[in-house]
Amino acid sequence: MFVFLVRRLFQAVMVMLAVAFIAFLMFRYLGDPVNNIVSQDATQEQREEVRQRLHLDDPMIMQYGRFVANAAQGDFGMSYRNSRPVSALLAERLPATAELVLVAALLSLVLGIPLGIYTALKPRGILSQGLQILSLIGISLPTFVTGILLILIFSVWLGWLPSFGRGEVIDIGWWSTGFLTLSGIKALILPSFMLCLFQLTLIMRLVRAEMMEVLRADYIKFAKARGLRNKTIHFRHALKNTLIPVVTIFGLQLGGLIAFAIITETVFQWPGMGALFIQAVNFTDVPVMAAYLVMVSLIFVIINTSVDLLYNVIDPRLRADPTRASGRGA
Amino acid sequence: MALLEVENLKVEFPTRKGVLTAVDSVSFSVEQGEILGVVGESGAGKSMTGAAVIGLLEPPGRIGGGQIRLDGKRIDNLPPSEMRKVRGRHIGAIFQDPLTSLNPLFTVGEQLVETIRTHLPMSAADARKRAIEWLAEVGIPAPDKRFDQYPHQFSGGMRQRVVIALALCAEPRLIIADEPTTALDVSVQAQIIALLKRVCRERNAAVILVTHDMGVIAETADRVAVMYAGRLAEIGPVAQVLQKPSHPYTAGLMGSIPRIGPRPDRLIQIEGSMPRLTDIPKGCAFNPRCPKVFANCHHNPARTAADRRWCGRLSALRRGDAMNAMPTSLKTADNRTLLSVKGLKKHFAMTKPFLNRLIEKEEPQSVKAVDGLDLDIPRGQTLSLVGESGCGKSTVARLIMGLSTPSGGNITFDGIDISRAPAGSPAAVRQRMQMIFQDPYASLNPRWRVRDIIAEPLRTYGLSGSREEERREVDRLLEFVGLNAKDGDKFPHEFSGGQRQRISIARAISTKPEFLVCDEPTSALDVSVQAQILNLMREMQRELGLTYLFISHDLAVVNFMSDWIGVMYLGRLVEVAPAAELFNNPQHPYTRLLLDTIPDLGMSKRDRTPAAGEVPNPISPPPGCHFNPRCPLANDRCRSEAPVLRAYANGGRVSCHAAEEGRGPAIVPAGMEHSTQTAP
Repeated sequence: MFVFLVRRLFQAVMVMLAVAFIAFLMFRYLGDPVNNIVSQDATQEQREEVRQRLHLDDPMIMQYGRFVANAAQGDFGMSYRNSRPVSALLAERLPATAELVLVAALLSLVLGIPLGIYTALKPRGILSQGLQILSLIGISLPTFVTGILLILIFSVWLGWLPSFGRGEVIDIGWWSTGFLTLSGIKALILPSFMLCLFQLTLIMRLVRAEMMEVLRADYIKFAKARGLRNKTIHFRHALKNTLIPVVTIFGLQLGGLIAFAIITETVFQWPGMGALFIQAVNFTDVPVMAAYLVMVSLIFVIINTSVDLLYNVIDPRLRADPTRASGRGA
Repeated sequence: MALLEVENLKVEFPTRKGVLTAVDSVSFSVEQGEILGVVGESGAGKSMTGAAVIGLLEPPGRIGGGQIRLDGKRIDNLPPSEMRKVRGRHIGAIFQDPLTSLNPLFTVGEQLVETIRTHLPMSAADARKRAIEWLAEVGIPAPDKRFDQYPHQFSGGMRQRVVIALALCAEPRLIIADEPTTALDVSVQAQIIALLKRVCRERNAAVILVTHDMGVIAETADRVAVMYAGRLAEIGPVAQVLQKPSHPYTAGLMGSIPRIGPRPDRLIQIEGSMPRLTDIPKGCAFNPRCPKVFANCHHNPARTAADRRWCGRLSALRRGDAMNAMPTSLKTADNRTLLSVKGLKKHFAMTKPFLNRLIEKEEPQSVKAVDGLDLDIPRGQTLSLVGESGCGKSTVARLIMGLSTPSGGNITFDGIDISRAPAGSPAAVRQRMQMIFQDPYASLNPRWRVRDIIAEPLRTYGLSGSREEERREVDRLLEFVGLNAKDGDKFPHEFSGGQRQRISIARAISTKPEFLVCDEPTSALDVSVQAQILNLMREMQRELGLTYLFISHDLAVVNFMSDWIGVMYLGRLVEVAPAAELFNNPQHPYTRLLLDTIPDLGMSKRDRTPAAGEVPNPISPPPGCHFNPRCPLANDRCRSEAPVLRAYANGGRVSCHAAEEGRGPAIVPAGMEHSTQTAP
């Protein structure tokens, strides 16, 4: 287990260094950073002074090292556009995106797994067939279209839910949450549903396919032959085996949720990191883009490492050292 | 009253082409404590019958008629919730593959406890105690520790013991064992059968033992039912059915099984193969293949009033009728070595990733799949390699064919070294060696026509000539292996397993090779088809003067095929000897163990003590002689020093300290006695 952790961490560090290198290249070589910082009518001396201050004349490897060292401390420099530290900008926007993604992820699990189980156990029922068709629509419609449709129905026609923004938020330390006010929760419903729709259908279809596969397995047949109750067979024996691949896919897709959040945040004008990133792209605000890149990669790496650890908890076969298993496993 | 009565059972499968009848008018009964064997080739409906009794037919399969009564009460029409209470409590089941029968995510203890508590009113603590008792009962050492382990921590044989405990832990009175030993190594098979027999006898539980292995039936069952194409062909006491079969099918089946003992030139052969469910013949289902067929067989589904004869014609085909049908031809005495292997090695690296080695300070590891093998195969003869799975016999075949590169040693074919550059060795040599593979379903390209499959080696070596010549050659080959020239235009899926293996053979002999490597060529086939293929291979050897390297785990098949037999254990050759010598006078304790696992078809009721233990993990084989932990003759020398192959008077060679020191059965050292054959 210890070796496993060390190996995983080592891989994670390598990935992060590679990502940091790309971010650094963007920062350093996407246009001249000096031009982006000084005003248009700056003198040659002023430019030279900035160049000195930013150590832009040092060898590339040293600049990279400095970039990594700063990034590790959360220092990504100043935003070109707002002239504020990038880390402060990100910290301000993080809660909005985190809450949106969290709710969407929970929704997709809480709805997706039971629906998947239901359609697997009653594959020929009317409800299952209907859900299958609906999920096909959900998986094939672009999310911005469903987002706009949701706004049209629930905000414009029915007027039940707000069509943009986070509503009222309450600050707890540096974290601003929308969970504690009615308007905050109402504002969350449409965007999180739009964001989770793809996940939800994916998880439902995955659970369904896996569950049907597992139900054909020999150990399920043997469990039936032992006269176990259907409930035990379905929810104890089959479900646990079903969830192994679901955990992997969910982990990978959680990263996808953060990436897709850009679209959702744009459609609902949600003040999150995605919206910040779009802004940064519009104004070629390279430090913000670089920081966003590093940040999202970090989240991806953390999620995937946790998924691997979770695997170890679920599947006893991975806990054992394969070379020490008895019998003819090799 | 019988424990279980099955009356006119019919199992149907609705398909798009109409309703198929997989099991038809099957009637039998099982008494308390009795073992009823159900045998038949694949597709005979034997597993389906078992599944119908326990109410686990796979949908869309369904019981289409008849009755199943347990203790006189009908169980075939119980609602699912009631039938569930019968399963496990009154009827238990054991399936073929112990590796997949247990849920990998739960400990064996959890699975036992949940089964016990489902059926018996017991507290968790009592159930735990009972579960540990069961583990001890089925021969699992340290049961209280093993209770908390997961299935993957058990070996195959141990898992099947757990499965038996699971099937019996709610004390059912009937066990349906569906091929319980088929997936296990031969030495473990005997242990499991003995265990099943003991545990059921002690509890007076009846067993329906479904298997294709006549040997297992002969040793285990009280009565036997023979099934063919979904129908009962014959049922009766096991001695009577096996030794004086009434039905021509049973007689043919018994004759087609290779046996230990004097080696016949041909096995009795039933022509053709089992019909598919879509076209079961009218009348007696066996009539197109029956040597005793008469007019009535085409109309009446044969069924006489007597319980045990289902053949319309009462005359019995006696075993041995067709024997000696082939004239024995004299083998040309040519002892020149065709293929010679010296010190052959193949090691597979099992090294862990760099960081693991750095942190755990572990030496690089490797599996020695083949570890220093010496062999000579004389021209025109057959040398067989036998051994349990993982012993390296298939790796030897692959090395000889150049499908993988040896880690050390030499292979010479007719004086030419072919071991160094397998891929680049002269085409002229490769063309003289061909291979027949185990799985006739996977070894033929499903998108190619048979004609192209057979002609491919010809084209590769530029032997095909004009299109017309190629066509004639392929037709000739097809007819030679017993197919029709017209079959060349079909695709592989249109053929049965046996026919496909004939196609493989035609492909292998198309380049007129001198040497064929046959890796378990019949282990995927039914016995009646196996007999056809083995006969064909023997004929080919006689007519074409072929030399075979034959690989099999089935000693009876090996006995029928071989001049020489080599026994492998964990990558090493432990004994090699002329076939008859090996069977009559085995030297190595492992050879004796293997011979002892052969079930006795002769019903001598000899008491076999199944060998203990299983093949160890090949990554860390025991030091000294690899066999020492399982060897009854092992001493300190065996545990420290690896023996080498030494020649003995019987013409063979054996690598065993015990044999050398005379600790084993008496043997005569080489040179003391005049031997006619040179050791290979």
